[in-house]
Amino acid sequence: MIARISLIALVVAVVFGACMPATVFAQTPLKVGLILPMTGPMASTGKQVVAAVKLYVAEHGDVVAGRKIEVLLRDDANAAETTKRYAQELVTNDHAEILAGFGLTPLAFAAAPIATAAKVPMIIMSAGTFVIPQKSPYIIRTSFTLPQNTAPIAVWAAKHGIKKVFTLVADYAPGIDSETTFKAVFTANGGQIVGEARVPVQNPDYAPFVQKAKDSKPDALFIFVPSGEGAAVMKQYAERGLAKAGIKLIGPGDVTDDDILDSMGDAAIGTITSMDYSAAHASPENKAYVAAFEKANPGMRPNFMSVGGWDGMALIYEVLKKTNGSAEGDKFLAAAKGLSWMSPRGKITIDPNTRDIIQDEYIREVKRVNGHLWNVEFDHLPAVPPDGKF
Amino acid sequence: MLTVLFDGIASGALLFLLAIGLSITLGIMNFTNLAHGAFAMLGGYLTVVMLNRWGISFFYCLPVAFLAPALAGVILERAFYSRLYDADPLDQVLFTIGLVFASIATASYLMGAQHQIIQVPHFLQGQIHVFSGFDMGTYRLFLLAFCGVITLLLHLVLMRTRFGSRLRAAVDNGRIARGLGINVNRLFAVTFGVGSGLAGLAGALGIEILNLDPVFPVKFLVYFLIVVAVGGTGTVGGPLAAALILGIFDVAGKYYVSQIGAFVIYAVMVAMLIWRPQGLFGKKAVR
Repeated sequence: MIARISLIALVVAVVFGACMPATVFAQTPLKVGLILPMTGPMASTGKQVVAAVKLYVAEHGDVVAGRKIEVLLRDDANAAETTKRYAQELVTNDHAEILAGFGLTPLAFAAAPIATAAKVPMIIMSAGTFVIPQKSPYIIRTSFTLPQNTAPIAVWAAKHGIKKVFTLVADYAPGIDSETTFKAVFTANGGQIVGEARVPVQNPDYAPFVQKAKDSKPDALFIFVPSGEGAAVMKQYAERGLAKAGIKLIGPGDVTDDDILDSMGDAAIGTITSMDYSAAHASPENKAYVAAFEKANPGMRPNFMSVGGWDGMALIYEVLKKTNGSAEGDKFLAAAKGLSWMSPRGKITIDPNTRDIIQDEYIREVKRVNGHLWNVEFDHLPAVPPDGKF
Repeated sequence: MLTVLFDGIASGALLFLLAIGLSITLGIMNFTNLAHGAFAMLGGYLTVVMLNRWGISFFYCLPVAFLAPALAGVILERAFYSRLYDADPLDQVLFTIGLVFASIATASYLMGAQHQIIQVPHFLQGQIHVFSGFDMGTYRLFLLAFCGVITLLLHLVLMRTRFGSRLRAAVDNGRIARGLGINVNRLFAVTFGVGSGLAGLAGALGIEILNLDPVFPVKFLVYFLIVVAVGGTGTVGGPLAAALILGIFDVAGKYYVSQIGAFVIYAVMVAMLIWRPQGLFGKKAVR
């Protein structure tokens, strides 16, 4: 009996002894909890962000300020309850020091209290509703806001002979954000809203709504739909002959999502949108980014969701260099505020007051270039603030 | 307004084609097959692969979209479903829901989670301008015509062929039908196959109108069940009437009262079931 116990004790001691040197001499890895919808209707968002995150780590190495970055990916399948649970597990069980991702507004809302309670920096790489950073003092956003992406097209439309607009948006927070911003800015610039409709997010059937828009005889149809739904809307736009009836298609760039733009066919040509990122953006950083992205993910073009992920990682790396490897909540936030760097989309800055993103906006038109469809930029508004008031 | 009516009828026709298989199998086999949408999804994805990757013309994809799910249906019916005919309805539901989840995961793995887009033949795109205020979508017109032909075929098979009369006998009273020497098991297998094949065909036709993604079976399950519940099981006329009514009210609701548009279909269902709980043309099946 005693011999057996001492044998067990000996084995345990040896095992511990073998592990000890490893933990004592190495710096602890920095775990980043990445919570994204990888399945379900928003899966394309998750895939784009993950691809960009992986690309960033592959290009910049996984060691920053002496710490090895470990990305722990969790699929919340678009369910806020799951997001909250994963956020909790990542922080308490896996000792994640940074939370990132968040494909939709309700998911970000669900995780915000966890970030506040655990004092963990939370980086929004996808969601776009304006109020998200207000939900926790530890939230920083690297994606975009709907007011930011919508105000420019509203101003452009009013200045270019579009007097009457019918608005059609998906019935959830970003959609309503976009609709509110467009209505306010467009009417302030002398335009008139002839009708509005909201489409349910769950089972979107755009046919009757697009028909109603056509019957209202506007100069343009303003559309906001979740990333990936643009194709269905474009089909209805083409099928019902809105272009022939002289109705232009405008909106934030979500409807001409780079990920699916090429498969939309000729119906998309001529659509004018405003957005923070186009894969056709002609800067050396973006050319390198698109080339590397397409090489690492054959057949996949980077879209605006992916740059949110890329810049989220860039933020983490830059801040860690400043704080010397510490991701402690208050230190991280202090170092992040006011940080500015060159992204594939242009110059971006983290606003110190709102912890939201200030970035350039572009007006683009869908054109066929070299046989493929691209969002070709033709106008540019520098440093648009998150509330869209430029 | 006529455009809305036309769109609603086309939508109803597609819904009918999707749900008729479920109605027949529920009627004759009394088996709650919640995996019906999975066969529709199979037809849809096969069409996407054939059209987009192999460049096969849309019209040649349609027979395959019928045959492959039909075959899959017959195999599954003989292998799994037949064991559960006398089981508790809850067991049947559990099995079929499990099948649905398996099919969703498989589709997601093989085809990715995004909506599938196809380009239908050029002459089916666009609209036909009939007169001011009334345009008919060419594809929807094609859909309507196609569904009309299928409905006529179904009616003829059920009413004018021996197979049809055997099927109707099995629906009315399975025990006596067996007693008369009708091979009810083989009848079930063939019927299940045809029902699944029709679902697959509808899935292929519906890619253009509904959104095809891996969660299709779950998303549209409610619509199939509404059509079957309101129309009554075991008949062709019931689900047809129900699907048309539901299609028209759904489209009209979304057009005229956009704020609650998506809810109109449920309100109509509740109203119709209060009025006729057994369905429009439903009969009580005897086992």
